[in-house]
Amino acid sequence: MLKIENLHARVAGKEILKGLSLEAKPGEVHAIMGPNGAGKSTLGNVIAGRAGYEVTQGSVTFDGNDLLAMEPEARAAAGVFLAFQYPVEIPGVNNTYFLRAALNAQRKARGETELDSMQFLKLVRERVKEMGMTPELLNRAVNEGFSGGEKKRNEVFQMAVLEPRLAILDETDSGLDIDALKQVAEGVNRLRSPERSSLVITHYQRLLDYIVPDFVHVLADGRIVESGDATLAKELEAHGYAWVRDRTPREAHA
Amino acid sequence: MQAAAVPGLPGSGLAWLDDARDQALRAFVERGLPDTRNELWKYTALRALQQRAYAPRDHEAASRGVADDLLRLDGCDGPRAVFVNGVFRGDLSRLDELAGSITLQPLSHALQHRPEPLRFLLGARADEDEDGFTLLNRALAADGLVVRVADGARVSQPLHIVHVGTNAGSAVAWHLRDLIELGEGASFAVIEHHVGDDTSGHLANLVRTITLRAHARLDWTIVQRASEDATLLRHTDCVLHDNAELDFHALELGGKLSRHELRVDLAGDRARFASRGAFVLDGRQHCDTEVLVTHRGRDTVSDSLWRGVASDRARGVVHGRILVQPGADGSDGSFYNKNLLLSPTAEIDTRPALEIYADEVKANHGATVGQLDDNVLFYLRSRGIPLDTARRMLVRAFCAVTLDGIRPAPLRGFCETLLAEQLPEAEA
Repeated sequence: MLKIENLHARVAGKEILKGLSLEAKPGEVHAIMGPNGAGKSTLGNVIAGRAGYEVTQGSVTFDGNDLLAMEPEARAAAGVFLAFQYPVEIPGVNNTYFLRAALNAQRKARGETELDSMQFLKLVRERVKEMGMTPELLNRAVNEGFSGGEKKRNEVFQMAVLEPRLAILDETDSGLDIDALKQVAEGVNRLRSPERSSLVITHYQRLLDYIVPDFVHVLADGRIVESGDATLAKELEAHGYAWVRDRTPREAHA
Repeated sequence: MQAAAVPGLPGSGLAWLDDARDQALRAFVERGLPDTRNELWKYTALRALQQRAYAPRDHEAASRGVADDLLRLDGCDGPRAVFVNGVFRGDLSRLDELAGSITLQPLSHALQHRPEPLRFLLGARADEDEDGFTLLNRALAADGLVVRVADGARVSQPLHIVHVGTNAGSAVAWHLRDLIELGEGASFAVIEHHVGDDTSGHLANLVRTITLRAHARLDWTIVQRASEDATLLRHTDCVLHDNAELDFHALELGGKLSRHELRVDLAGDRARFASRGAFVLDGRQHCDTEVLVTHRGRDTVSDSLWRGVASDRARGVVHGRILVQPGADGSDGSFYNKNLLLSPTAEIDTRPALEIYADEVKANHGATVGQLDDNVLFYLRSRGIPLDTARRMLVRAFCAVTLDGIRPAPLRGFCETLLAEQLPEAEA
């Protein structure tokens, strides 16, 4: 589904990703862990297509298509979703209106029929219930005046409505209290299916207690330096990131 | 520009009116059109306009066919006054639906049948600082509306005034003069609508005097969709007496060159003025909004909020001035203007200005010119919304705050639709 090969990327002239390779197959949940500055968020942004990230080498394909050649909106229509680390506030744009525009734009791009307002409302009401969202948030402007937790929950709520095939969660757990964390995790778990996969980018192991990954990768200095199953996250928690650096022979970085 | 001969206008032969028109014409010849040395015309150059020739009237304006669709506006199905190429059209208007507490006459009719009540306003000499267009209007205005709302009348249905520009073989210049007065405690709403289906490049020069007696309230909404070659110049003088309220909205979308000089004199104590307006410009459109508020009475309030958007090579001008006169203690004035440039060749000049000569005054102003936030655009695109749609969505959101309070509700909805449609399809 997602295949990243030897990815090198620069931000403002500085090389952040230095030969990252990763493959996610349908149904898999991959956790990307690593210290600050390792390139975790850069990875998410490069996949989603944010401007300002220059890919100098390597490839990213999605279902065999060159993702890097696609506009961000085309990536979304193909099924890629990035839950932002810092969701933006959009004053004057109503949350429901925005989501319907997004869903219908994606459906249109895929050649599917657009949902009318009744159909959309029905879908949204179901998701609101499942996510434990405050329904009032739907009538507010996108993220405007939302608390940190509300913003993150809104990201996962959007994900639940848009039903992406590849969800990238960029530190969605940061700044969340334990109840919010559980709700976010439930939202992600509800989307788990044999057709969908996720990249869960996180600094802490805590979220992975609730979203149990199939694979854990440790990202350090722009490369994946260690991969394993869910137990790797526990070891990291116990030993810290220095443990990975010490354990990894230099040549493994290539 | 050629001035038409004064004889032959409605009311010609009335000595006081002939005098006033002659005097205005002489003053115009002396002063000419305003140039950019005039502070209020600083960013609106008229060189291109001066090269053009205009016919002094459209002789067939009284009989030209106008599609009803052009005249219609969502939410405005009540009384309507229609002008086509500067001529009042009783056949297209719907004035029998007006409430009995309102008297309305076309100026042409009033000057022929009952001119005396107009003498005070139309017979007055021009001020020293009047610009060339208001002088021309004094000299040449052949029509307009004379409206009076009786004391205490509370009229719920808005009056829809439609100015239509339609093809006339050549470009025509017309000059209209409105006199609108609300009696004590009266409340009334006007929706001024400019539309056109012409390619003639007409010039409309409108001058209005609006008087709100004590405790009167007026809602005035402008929907400006003049045709793309049109020139539209408007000068509005409002006087508000004690406790009077003027609530003003404007959506400026059309025309090649449009300008509105809105002067509001808060003469009475506790008079209140609020304005909300937006312009969205494209191509080589030029739109100039001058909001000049004078606080004269005590405890008067003015509050203005404007949004401007310009793409391509368009140019917007916003000038908001708050003048607080000596003795206008307790005044509270604010003027805020935010603008968006959607292309590197677009330009918006915004100047908020305060002049304060009284004590215990609150006055605030602010103006910004910026661009769409790339982070926000990316957020929308990352959810599947194409760039064009994302830009339109953000521009609409940017301007929507100025539409709040537009009544009736369907008109507000229609204005939002107009905003969304106004933006160009694609832009790099």
